[in-house]
Parts: sequence; C-alpha cells; structure tokens
Amino acid sequence: MKNIEVPALARVEGEGGLFIGLKNGKAVEIRLDIYEPPRFFEGFLRNRFLQEVPDITARICGICPVAYQMSSAFALENALGIKVGHQARALRRLMYCGEYIESHALHIYMLQAPDLLGKQSAFEVAAIAPDVVKNALRLKKIGNQILKAIGGRSIHPVNVCVGGFYSWPQAASLTALLPELEWGLQASIDCVKWAVTLPFPELEIDYEFVALHHPDEYGVIEGEVWSSKGRKLSVQDYETAYIEEHIEHSNALHGRTVDGNTYLVGPLARLNLNHAQLLPIAQKSLKDSKIKLPLRNPYKSLIARAIELVQFFEEAIQLVKAYKPDGPAHLELKLKAGNGAAATEAPRGLLYHRYQIDGNGLIEFAKITPPTAQNLPRIEADLFALAPKIVSMSHADATLTAEHLVRAYDPCISCATHFLKLKVEEIEK
Amino acid sequence: MSNPKPTVAVYKFSSCDGCQLSILNMEDDLLDLAEAIDIAFFLEATRAERPGPYDIAIVEGSVTTPHEIERIKEVRRQAKILIALGTCATAGGIQALRNFANADEYAKVVYAHPEYLHYLKTATPIAEHVKVDLELWGCPVNKEQVLEVITALLNNRKPSLPAYSVCLECKRRGTICVLVDKGFQCLGPATQAGCGAICPVNGRGCYGCFGPVREANLDSLSPILQKLEPYPGATARLFRGISGYAPSFRKTADALLSAHKETK
Repeated sequence: MKNIEVPALARVEGEGGLFIGLKNGKAVEIRLDIYEPPRFFEGFLRNRFLQEVPDITARICGICPVAYQMSSAFALENALGIKVGHQARALRRLMYCGEYIESHALHIYMLQAPDLLGKQSAFEVAAIAPDVVKNALRLKKIGNQILKAIGGRSIHPVNVCVGGFYSWPQAASLTALLPELEWGLQASIDCVKWAVTLPFPELEIDYEFVALHHPDEYGVIEGEVWSSKGRKLSVQDYETAYIEEHIEHSNALHGRTVDGNTYLVGPLARLNLNHAQLLPIAQKSLKDSKIKLPLRNPYKSLIARAIELVQFFEEAIQLVKAYKPDGPAHLELKLKAGNGAAATEAPRGLLYHRYQIDGNGLIEFAKITPPTAQNLPRIEADLFALAPKIVSMSHADATLTAEHLVRAYDPCISCATHFLKLKVEEIEK
Repeated sequence: MSNPKPTVAVYKFSSCDGCQLSILNMEDDLLDLAEAIDIAFFLEATRAERPGPYDIAIVEGSVTTPHEIERIKEVRRQAKILIALGTCATAGGIQALRNFANADEYAKVVYAHPEYLHYLKTATPIAEHVKVDLELWGCPVNKEQVLEVITALLNNRKPSLPAYSVCLECKRRGTICVLVDKGFQCLGPATQAGCGAICPVNGRGCYGCFGPVREANLDSLSPILQKLEPYPGATARLFRGISGYAPSFRKTADALLSAHKETK
C-alpha cells in the first residue's frame, strides 16, 4: 500500500485535500476533497432587504469581494428593471480594475510564481529576487489603492449599492493615483515579458472555455455567456446550460454543462474568447509575447493574468482620466417584485447570481454560482490527466506537482464552498 | 519575549480569508515584518511549515464544524499567545446569522444532499471554545491595527487600540453626522472605532462591522434608529448583521423583534 498524505494545500484561499486512488500503479480515482466549511449564504440572504445584499455577499470572499458586490448589484438592478448611468457603470469597471490588479498581482507573484521558481513562498523568492517581490507588492498596493479611493477600504469596500454608489469619490483622490498607474502599466508590460520566460510544465488540455463576452469591451460586467464550443447565451438563460451538482466529498458544489461536460472559467477562458476586445497596449503585449491562442496549458494561466494586468492598468488610466461625476451617485429605487440574474467576471472566472424579490424588496430566493465551483470538476479531470506522470514520482515531488496544478487555477475555496491534502492510495486489488 | 524572533502561526477557521489577506496587504511593511518575526505556519502565504509550539497564534474565522472544535483546542495548546483576528473570530461573523435560524433549513436551501455535510448548528467566536489573549475586531480587521498589535507584542508593551466609538472618528475627520443631518440609520454611536468611519465618509450609515463599543447606550440609540427605518423592522436587521452575535447587539435585536411580535 502506497499512501501519500499532504496537509492542507498552501497558497490557495481556503482549505481542501487531494486523493488519488491507484490500482496496479494506475490512477483510477481522483477526488478533490473540500473541507472548507459551508457557510449557507443563500440561506441567510432570505428575508434580508435587497440593499443589504452587496454588504453580505462581499463576505463570501475576502480576495474578490468586489466581484460579489457587482454580481449582486447588477442582478438586483435587473430584478427591479433599472440600469445604472454611464458614470456609475464606468466607476464599477474602475473598481473591478482595482480588484483584478490586487488579485492577479497576489496570484502571479505570491501564490503561483514560487512553484515555478522552486520556492515555498514569496518570502523565499524575496531572498533571491528582492526586486521582483518589491514590484509585486507595489503593483498589488495600487490595486488596493483604487479600491480604497472608491470604496473606503480594499477588503469589503462600503460604497457599492443597488442603484449605483452611495457617493461619488472625489476626482482628486482618483487622479492622484495616475503616476502609480502609469508605473504599473509599464511594470505589467514587463511582467508579461518575464512571465513567458518561466519554466511552465507541459500540459495541453482540450477545454471548453466559458466566459462573459461583450462586443465593445473586455467582458467583465455585462454581456453574453460565450463558450468555445459555440454556445452563446444571454445571462438570463445561464441556468439552462450550466448546472451545479452536490458531490459527497465536497462542501463546494460542482458545475457541469447540461450535457454533463466539465468546463473552464477564468483568465484562460477570458483571454481565449475575448482577446479581440483587449485595449491597444494589452493587445500589443499579447502580440509581443508570441504566445499562440487558444492557450490550453492550465499553468500558463499566469501569462493570461499578466496580460490582463496590462489590460486593467490601461483601462484604469482611461477611466480615471474620463471620470466626471454628475448628478446623484445612485438611482432612487422603486420596489417591486421580480426576478433578476447577472454575471460578472471575478478574477477567477464567471460569477453568476440570481435573486427573487418580493414587493417590499425582501429576498425570497438567492442563487450564487462562484467560479471555483464551476472549475472543480475540471481541476479533478486535469489531475486525472496528470496522474500517470506523478504516481512514479517521490511523495514530495508528486505533492508539489499536483499542488502546483491546483494553485494555477487560483481556486478560491472559501468562495466555492465553497482546500489540499494529497493522498495517493493503492485501492484493494 | 525572550526569543528575538518570535514564531508566528496563522490559522483559518470558517471565514472569507479577508483578515489573513490584511496581513499580506501590508505591502509597505510585509518584507520587514517577515524579517522581524518567524512565520512558522501561514498556509495562505507559504508551503513551508514547522511544528509548534509557537509564540503567537493568529486565528481567523469562527467555529462552525465539529472538526473545528477539536482543531481550535490544538491551536491553543500550541500557542503562548492567541489572537482572535476579525469579527468572525471575535463574534462568529456573518455566518453566525445561522444561530438565529435553523441551520438544517439553510443547508437544505443551499445543498441537494445536506447529509453529506458536517456542520454545527451555530457559528461561534473563538473565545467560546478556548482562552483568547487578545481580540482584534473588524470585518475585515484594519491592517494598521494588526501591525500595531504585532509591534506591541515584539516590544513587550500593551497594544494601543481605540476604546471609543466610530462617532469620534467622524468628528476627527470632520464628517457631518449622517444620522442627525441626513437621517440615515447609523450604528456609529454603538460601534468600536478602527475603520476610520468609512461608511459615514462615503455617505451612508455604519453597519457595525467592528462590533459593539463597550458601554454603548443601545437602549437610547435603538428608539432613535427606529424612527429612521427605511422599511419596517430595519433596526433589528441592522443589529442582526456582521456583528449580530456579539452579546449587546444580540440582546438589542432580540428585544426589538419580540416587541415587534407583541404589537402584531
């Protein structure tokens, strides 16, 4: 009996474990166990007043609270049949730029890069390449500063409401960020050049990519749900094609297409489906990197994140320069019963929310499908593809290789319960 | 502390990871901090881990599963000083809303097979299970306060944390009172300072995520808030939020809800 065990997976957000069952030295069973305790958000959202929802759903994830606030706000606005004005929409995109910058810088440099550089943590990377880590922290800080300028603080910001924002941020607090944003744009162009030189393991997977697509901008807050298999749906029809299953070993639900297939959401899906909508500098960065699309190597999602860093710095600069608050920051809400869905692109992938509200604005039903829940079956399938390679490795190498693959997904397990103990076991012959 | 570099372990219980992220968000001080302390266990940041005992254990999250009850006892056994980090760890957090409802019903709402799940009917603060040496409130915690606590421990002094309410932070920032001037419901008079009064600064009322301030006059505040309700029952809801399981907020919401039932 071969038995490999690894304590909870490091450098992911949340807790889980990985089990690989062997028969005659071949992997026959792969299971990603999610220990992250269930917190029942869809349960306690019931009977809350709709304006309380963005403050509650933010608490699903400390790494991407803006995504939860955005999907909630847009879904509830759809339920009320209202649409925020041009500047409020632009400010929401700017806020999302901040979250992407903070989350991607954290993942690229502090969560995934140590694996590629053979280190245990960013602290160890700092010992051999202090400038890389200092730049990473500076990039991350800029993302957090955008969030703070608009939302009061970077984690669980307080300014987003159903109908827009509680108040307009002062233009001066945004324009003050421009010099750092210009530095960040250049640093993220350099990040793409550095990213393509990293020693990524070889692995090509024929994914079905799913992402929000918008004809006029890089899909983040509104658009259609597109799949690389050609399926194009309005967000309102998302549930007709994508379903969630409850699996015994997991406190996170598992997403599948109605045909029973796994699919992939996140930076690879977005870049592959939406590269035509990248802004010019990001477009040039992609071209200069000489990577071929579609990108099908899960480890190389780091390159996709780096290109998105360029995109979101470029866009943040445009949005700050164009910022002109005018009139009230939020629409007056006229309460009525209704049903509304919305999807936005969290840094980790498509995040779908649907709410049913009554005539007094109380939540009757809430459904939240986080990106990691959609990716879990795909991560398990990738590990299955990886298994023949790792079963002959030493325990330590097998663990690291499997962990690296999981970390490359940037799984946010606290959202998906909503993370890894590697256990490789010879099943009874 | 006798050891010049104290060992620190950071643990996650039921939570959103936001309070641990506050540590990684100390961008200007993180590398210096990693020099000053010995990070022995911190899964969100590093694979490297060394066995305890540790000088300082920092615990994020609340206790919501049978396994977590056992785990928190082991964390306590391994730690000289235990810090509860954030409102989940100090008051149960948002998931403590289950304590006022039927957790089994919630499980049925969210999951097709509740029988697969292992959870407790309540989400409870760390101090309900083990001795806690220092509580730092906030959803999320203020990273400056986290740094202050660690610096104080490194220098063998008491951390300097505000013992006054959010109102004082508003006054200091020159923010006009949203309760008096705009008629918004605001928990600022009853909530611990530490956030920098960001809600009133952004034109809305405080929703109490830093927990109740000691000696808050809730009997006096609650009828004032009731007159400003945007919808019937809003005051009870305001108390029954992120810090809803903190004793004084809990009692106030209970009183409001039972009075509401009686009038019905």
